[in-house]
Amino acid sequence: MSLLDPVWTSLLYLVAAVFFILALRGLSSPRTARRGNLIGAAGALIAVVTVFLSARLENIPWILAAIALGSAVAAPVARRVKMTQMPQLVALFNGVGGGAAALVALLELTHADDPWVRLAIVFTLLVGAVSFAGSGVTFAKLQELMTTRPVLFPGLPVVMAAVLLAALGAAAAVVFTGSLPLAVLLLVLGLAAGVLLVLPVGGADVPIVISLLNAFTGLAVAASGVVLGNVLLVVAGTLVGASGTILTRAMAAAMGRSVTGILFGAFRGGSTAGSTAVSERPVRSSSAEDVAVLLGYAQRVIIVPGYGLAVAQGQHTAAELALALEGRGIEVDFAIHPVAGRMPGHMNVLLAEANVPYESLKEMGEINPEFKTADVALVVGANDVVNPAAKTSSGSPIYGMPILEVAEARQVVFLKRSMRPGFAGIENDLLYEPQTSLLFGDAKDSLAQVLGAVKAL
Amino acid sequence: MDGMSLLTITVLAVFVGFEVVSKVSSTLHTPLMSGANAIHGIILVGAIIVAGQAADPLVLAVALLAVVLATANLVGGFVVTDRMLHMFHARKQVARQEGAGKVEGK
Repeated sequence: MSLLDPVWTSLLYLVAAVFFILALRGLSSPRTARRGNLIGAAGALIAVVTVFLSARLENIPWILAAIALGSAVAAPVARRVKMTQMPQLVALFNGVGGGAAALVALLELTHADDPWVRLAIVFTLLVGAVSFAGSGVTFAKLQELMTTRPVLFPGLPVVMAAVLLAALGAAAAVVFTGSLPLAVLLLVLGLAAGVLLVLPVGGADVPIVISLLNAFTGLAVAASGVVLGNVLLVVAGTLVGASGTILTRAMAAAMGRSVTGILFGAFRGGSTAGSTAVSERPVRSSSAEDVAVLLGYAQRVIIVPGYGLAVAQGQHTAAELALALEGRGIEVDFAIHPVAGRMPGHMNVLLAEANVPYESLKEMGEINPEFKTADVALVVGANDVVNPAAKTSSGSPIYGMPILEVAEARQVVFLKRSMRPGFAGIENDLLYEPQTSLLFGDAKDSLAQVLGAVKAL
Repeated sequence: MDGMSLLTITVLAVFVGFEVVSKVSSTLHTPLMSGANAIHGIILVGAIIVAGQAADPLVLAVALLAVVLATANLVGGFVVTDRMLHMFHARKQVARQEGAGKVEGK
């Protein structure tokens, strides 16, 4: 059945594409973001209804059953997932999208006579398969189903190069011959390449890889749009490819590293395995009560939450502490480094979940000039992102990385698990400064003790 | 559609994508990633077309697998993004006035 003529079909796809653009635009502010996302979902619904009405489709009951199955699996997972597990869920959904694109391209091969279309097919196949397998490994790392440390074995670069060369060869052969068995081989090689790409990436760099694979899936979907001659897929895929690229670059810049350095650094043995070197210099260790006094009699407190807070799941306690301090008339803000948490912007989501209003979540550029006026900067589970070495010592590996300038505050309090350096493996001189005091322990426990002591003041 | 028009559309979409996304504040980078993730689930349209043309049972099975995967991507992506964005809320008016008053009073 075909109820819609091609002009109407194109128009409805255009509407859906515009809705997707509006969805991304809505995300420019937390006020409009939720509506934006709903507009995006409406666009997707329009597109799916349009395809049923416009193309001459067989097997409709089967297709509807498959859609019902996919929704029945994904919606409850999406509703129940913990916010700390968001990165792995995004990785998972990203992977299945890439897998779907690869399968679509594989099945279209039998209809493709034009070598240019076959070129788009092999691109979709390869990139979709890399995204599927790479996201799978990313998921396993984040869910801690496997080690989060870089997995390296001798000869890895050689194996990777061999797989890529074989994939290029298979791709060229598919373009010229249209052979289905070779296309399946290409799919398998793509899966292998995806695994090999992500295995050597260290836990701390995995978030960047999620963003990169997101861009990959976008590109695969765009290419599948070329295969099917479907403008909506081209536009939607390209939008995602562009957004993923920007995010990946923004995040790499925030860590002071290059994307190629993260992907291939491990191959050269330069990944973020971290060091365990501990200095012998004295530090000022403090008690929860002392910290509570510092905080409770301040006028302005800036809390700097980091990876450690997310790992300890202490965001609710941090939010309670902020509320308790605000109750004493103290001005409290959260200074969020772009890479705090386990994916870009993750810390904002975690704190939003703990009911911290988004006005209190200050971006780096906005909060940095304000540290001068802060009485106390409370650094919870962060280290490298506040290390002044990034500004002052040109020999340091993190030199040039933008940091939160907590050293400008009158007092600095670190809640740290140990004296172990952050994942960049460099010492933080700020820890030994006279205005700094440290409270050792699990971020959540320390916060709870400080919170109790503040309430008792 | 001919190749030249597709190329034109692709290039324009790249610019729209860069333009729109570079305005997103870093506060919302996680929802952005998850929202963009949901959008590429629109590969469902492609999967439906392929499944609808399948004559052979094996082809149909693979195509239906693609439909399931794409639906999971699309539905899950939008649901989880909505859940996240639901949590971002503004400071309550009362709380803000109280806080401001106390700071000025000092």
